[in-house]
Amino acid sequence: MIESLSLHKPHIEHWLVLSAILFAIGLYGLLSRRNAIGILMSIELMLNSAVLNLAAFNRFVAPASVDGQIMALFVIAVAAAEAVVAMAIFVAIFRYRRIVDVNRMDLMKD
Amino acid sequence: MGLVSWLIAIPFLTAMIILAVPARNWRMIRWVAVIGCGAHLLLTAVVTYLYWHASAGDAIGAQTLLLTKLYLVEKVPWFKSLGIQYFVGIDGISLAMVILTSIVIFAGVLASWYVNIRTKEFFVLLLTLVTGVFGVFVSFDLFLFLMFYELAVLPMYLLIGVWGTGPKEYSAMKLTLMLLIGSAFVLVGFLALYHASGMHTFDLQQLAQAHFSSDFQKWVFPMIFIGFGVIGALYPLHTWSPDGHSSAPTAVSMLHAGVLMKLGGYGALRIAVYLLPEGAIAWGLFFMVLATINIIYGAFVAVMQKDLKYFTAYSSVSHCGFVLFGVAALNMMGLKGAVIQMFSHGIMTALFFALIGMVYSRTHTRMLDQMGGLAKKMPWLAAAFYIAGLASLGLPGLSGFVAETHVFLGGFFGNIWASSGVMKALAIIATMSIVVTAVYVLRGLARVFYGPITNHDFEKITDATLPERISTGLLVAVLFAVGLAPFLFVNMIESSLLPILNRLHQTGAAAFAH
Amino acid sequence: MEQFSFVFRNAWLIPAIPLVSFAVLGLFVSPISKRLAGVIGTVAIFISAAFAFLLAWNYFLSPAGKEHTALIAWTCEWLRYQTGLTVNIGVLVDPISVLLMSVVTTVSALVHLYSIGYMHGDEGYGRFFGYLNLFTFSMLGLVVAPNIIQMYICWELVGVSSFLLIGLYYQKPAAVAASNKAFIVTRFADLGFLIGIIILGYYGYHFFGEFAPAVASTAVKNGVTNLQPFDFLYLTNSAVLAKLASINLHFFDISLLTASMVLVFMGAAGKSAMFPLHIWLPDAMEGPTPVSALIHAATMVVAGVYLVARLFPAFAASGTALLLVAYVGAFTSIFAAIIGITQDDIKRVLAFSTLSQLGYMMLALGVATMAHPLGYSASMFHLFTHAFFKALLFLAAGAVIHAVNTNNIWEMGGLAKKLPVTHATFLVATLAISGIWPFAGFFSKDEILASALSGGHYVVFAIALTVAGITALYMFRIYFVTFWGKSRGDAAGHAHEAPAVMLLPLVMLAILSATVGFVNFSDYVSIGEPIEHHGINSKIAVSATAAALTGVFLAIFFYTGQTDRAAMMSRLLGRIYTLVKQKFYIDEFYIFVTHQILFRFISRPAAWFDRHIVDGGVNLSAWITRTTGGKLRYLQTGQVQVYSLWFVGGMLFLLLILWAGAR
Repeated sequence: MIESLSLHKPHIEHWLVLSAILFAIGLYGLLSRRNAIGILMSIELMLNSAVLNLAAFNRFVAPASVDGQIMALFVIAVAAAEAVVAMAIFVAIFRYRRIVDVNRMDLMKD
Repeated sequence: MGLVSWLIAIPFLTAMIILAVPARNWRMIRWVAVIGCGAHLLLTAVVTYLYWHASAGDAIGAQTLLLTKLYLVEKVPWFKSLGIQYFVGIDGISLAMVILTSIVIFAGVLASWYVNIRTKEFFVLLLTLVTGVFGVFVSFDLFLFLMFYELAVLPMYLLIGVWGTGPKEYSAMKLTLMLLIGSAFVLVGFLALYHASGMHTFDLQQLAQAHFSSDFQKWVFPMIFIGFGVIGALYPLHTWSPDGHSSAPTAVSMLHAGVLMKLGGYGALRIAVYLLPEGAIAWGLFFMVLATINIIYGAFVAVMQKDLKYFTAYSSVSHCGFVLFGVAALNMMGLKGAVIQMFSHGIMTALFFALIGMVYSRTHTRMLDQMGGLAKKMPWLAAAFYIAGLASLGLPGLSGFVAETHVFLGGFFGNIWASSGVMKALAIIATMSIVVTAVYVLRGLARVFYGPITNHDFEKITDATLPERISTGLLVAVLFAVGLAPFLFVNMIESSLLPILNRLHQTGAAAFAH
Repeated sequence: MEQFSFVFRNAWLIPAIPLVSFAVLGLFVSPISKRLAGVIGTVAIFISAAFAFLLAWNYFLSPAGKEHTALIAWTCEWLRYQTGLTVNIGVLVDPISVLLMSVVTTVSALVHLYSIGYMHGDEGYGRFFGYLNLFTFSMLGLVVAPNIIQMYICWELVGVSSFLLIGLYYQKPAAVAASNKAFIVTRFADLGFLIGIIILGYYGYHFFGEFAPAVASTAVKNGVTNLQPFDFLYLTNSAVLAKLASINLHFFDISLLTASMVLVFMGAAGKSAMFPLHIWLPDAMEGPTPVSALIHAATMVVAGVYLVARLFPAFAASGTALLLVAYVGAFTSIFAAIIGITQDDIKRVLAFSTLSQLGYMMLALGVATMAHPLGYSASMFHLFTHAFFKALLFLAAGAVIHAVNTNNIWEMGGLAKKLPVTHATFLVATLAISGIWPFAGFFSKDEILASALSGGHYVVFAIALTVAGITALYMFRIYFVTFWGKSRGDAAGHAHEAPAVMLLPLVMLAILSATVGFVNFSDYVSIGEPIEHHGINSKIAVSATAAALTGVFLAIFFYTGQTDRAAMMSRLLGRIYTLVKQKFYIDEFYIFVTHQILFRFISRPAAWFDRHIVDGGVNLSAWITRTTGGKLRYLQTGQVQVYSLWFVGGMLFLLLILWAGAR
């Protein structure tokens, strides 16, 4: 079975389905998690699904160019930066208020 | 940079210089402000002379003119893609308003001589506001016009909110919101003009040559007129005025009632009637009725007021009714009366508010029934107050008479489009206000200044100081100048009104033809 | 015109000198030296008076004066309302303007002189002379007005100077109330005047093209080069008037001319204090006495009469308006005379007497016509004589008040010996106003009675004759009570004569009051057809003298004896006496109308409406915005996850639409 799978080269549809599944998982996590870290991880998941898409399109649609790969690297870099900023904010909030629950981060409300 | 641009630039530069002065030198700040405004007054005199010289033979040439003849024009493309220009210049009407503003701000700065709370910010905002006002009066590009208009309205919020008295936050908010709603109407109207003309320009002179369909004019005209009517205290959109004026600090009341309310009449005349003559013909009588209500209703309400500022504010509502009445009469005397009334009321009401501020700073009350016998202690202020009061009741020899008789005659003479019987009746009703005005002015002033001194605290109060005397003396002198020698002033306006009337008659005749 | 060229060309100086003097006093002199203010003000008026006499002398003796030609001495454009509607201020020289100029400057000069003594040491001294000069200027400007707008302008200015002078003692509440009342009541009347002017201006302008050429041909002869619709010359032209009279308003079937003339008469009635607009004049006595003499007796109050005279052809063309003038005048004269009998304040009696005499002048105008214009001359004659003897009465009363410090006649008494000059001059004036030969009043009253009788107005004649009797009664009443008998107050006992500077004007006015009746007046001042009647009609002279003597004897009977017959009489009359004494409760009626009706039922509801309905509407819209915002903000939870959910939901919804659209 493993052989047959290895012989069967995955096509673009497979990658897109995988990406969609990752995106959906990420979206679910984004909408349902209370924990800020969890939300951050969900966002990373969604970004990664996008990266996967970009890589897949580069490979199957325009193999001659490297645009998709560059974009993918770019997204990874931005995601890293974003994660750093977000984590810094969450750590700071945790220090002051001992919470990671986003529903209780409502000081600006009212 | 031409002279007209300097008219706008001087207050702005003065504000910038004040920004550079350290806030603790508040005495120096007011000197900078007064020198800046004095320089502006001189420049205005120069511009007036140049206009005078250049427009000498205009009245004859303008008999058939359809476009306002402008002087000292400066035209620079600004946003070419949108057809927006920096287009400034003057004609008789805008010059009259510039002279008014220049005098009022000079007097206003002197009347604010003793503001010592955040002096720097106060004068910066005041001068920014005035920059906007001058900009409005000299702009002949609708976009530029609106930009300056907003610049004139917005500092008002802070000026009232910070330096005001009484329920100042409420008044500031109410005033700003109502005026912004008015300017929203105006903006929509301007955009409609821009699109309907199909000329891709905001240039007033070019738009004047565009053809706007009859139906279009009939819905855009009331929109722009009402938009300007809000700031011109058109009934029933006038209620920001009593609250706003009573909460505002002295100089702001002076500028607001004296000059900003005139933006309404000016815009209605310069833009609504000028660009949309057919709309004006269709709606003239309607707005005349509203203006008549303004005049009579404002006067009757003023009779009942107990607070000097409310009293003057309602008197302003009544007097601004004359402006709108004159504009809506759509004939030479009406339009001219409207412009003279704008000028006259501007000076007169600035004087009123300056004096109220000065009296208040001495008595610490503005309630009529808490005052009495003040003429004994402050003869200068009492005399100036009475002169302002007599001007407001239309005493010949002071400017109010010239303006009011123009407006009454204008209303009575009527025009060929509206029912002459109704217009005559409205003119007679409006004329009745001279009695009611006499009643409230004399009763109110007698309560404040005449009779025995009622309050022992008033025994030690003093008369006007030198800056206050210069400020009020200047305004009084202008009231007399226009009242005694109206020919100096009135004929200057006439040649600039002729194109507006010619347009009315041209389109009016065409509308009658089919 | 050559023979009086200098004074004629410089006739504008007559009003200009007081104006310059006013400006100089107000701006420079008054703050420095009050004493100097009085001198400068007085000298200015005397110069002006000299000019006026010179002008009168030259005018009446010139051919133009003999033919009563109206000439424009000086004119300039003042205000252009629109093309073809210009106001040219100027100086009109015609019989009545020259007459009034002389009267105004004479009385004003004498009153100025008197005031130097009367106002001595008063704190309002400087202001007083400034205002008095302002008044003199305004009155002269009114008199010389060649057009109705200048008339109105100066009309308002005399009103405001009267206001300022009545309120000179502004710390006295009664004076303040009186000054406001005077201004507001006359303003109300002026409303009618202004509307009348607007109507005349409108129709005058309308028909200007039709009639101007005809009028202009005569106008050029009078020195008018630029005829305007507001000019009296145009407005009194018979063709124009006929046109205006032919327009029917379909409102009680009155013509346009009648309507506008009635409105103009409203202004005249206000200024001349005709019933029912008379209420301000008695209160105006709160002002200093010289002011009452000059403004509220001799000059300003006759402005209404002057206006009717000025527009006389227009009034005459509208018979209805003229009839109204006659009857309002007649009613006022008897109404005020009756009230005059009951008043105790010497100045108030004189004020009611002024009302009555003004009514006399009005009724004289009212009974005249263009074809039979005796009343016109008679009215002007009475205006002329009345100015002197009434000014004299006030000034003499002022001297009395100056001596005894009270206005109440019952606190005076026995002053004849203590104030001999004042007494003598007061007696001359009393005889003059009562119409006793040979004093001035006799001649002018005689002409008025003759004009009423010969015009066929028998009711008016009867009223006028009755009034002549009542006038003698109330005038001799105050004369006897003030000067005869024993002194009834402390101050009256220690009274002493006024200084010479006050007595000199009294004597001069007394001489004038005694002599001016002999002027052959209708030779100089007349209108329309030549006057047929001349000299004294013996029947009228006898009946008028009989009426006056009856009044005098009644006064002797009631007010000179030991027993108080007057008090008995008033008890006998009971309620009627109270009614008259309270001036028929007209003031109370006005207070009721203004306070209870105008203020309470218009102003107060309007003020309430504005704060609660109009402003309430604004606040309501603000409230709606806030409340809606308050509800809607619950959608904004601040939780990104909720927003994302909305976002995802919205996206799915859009996809659904796209999908549905694609199918």
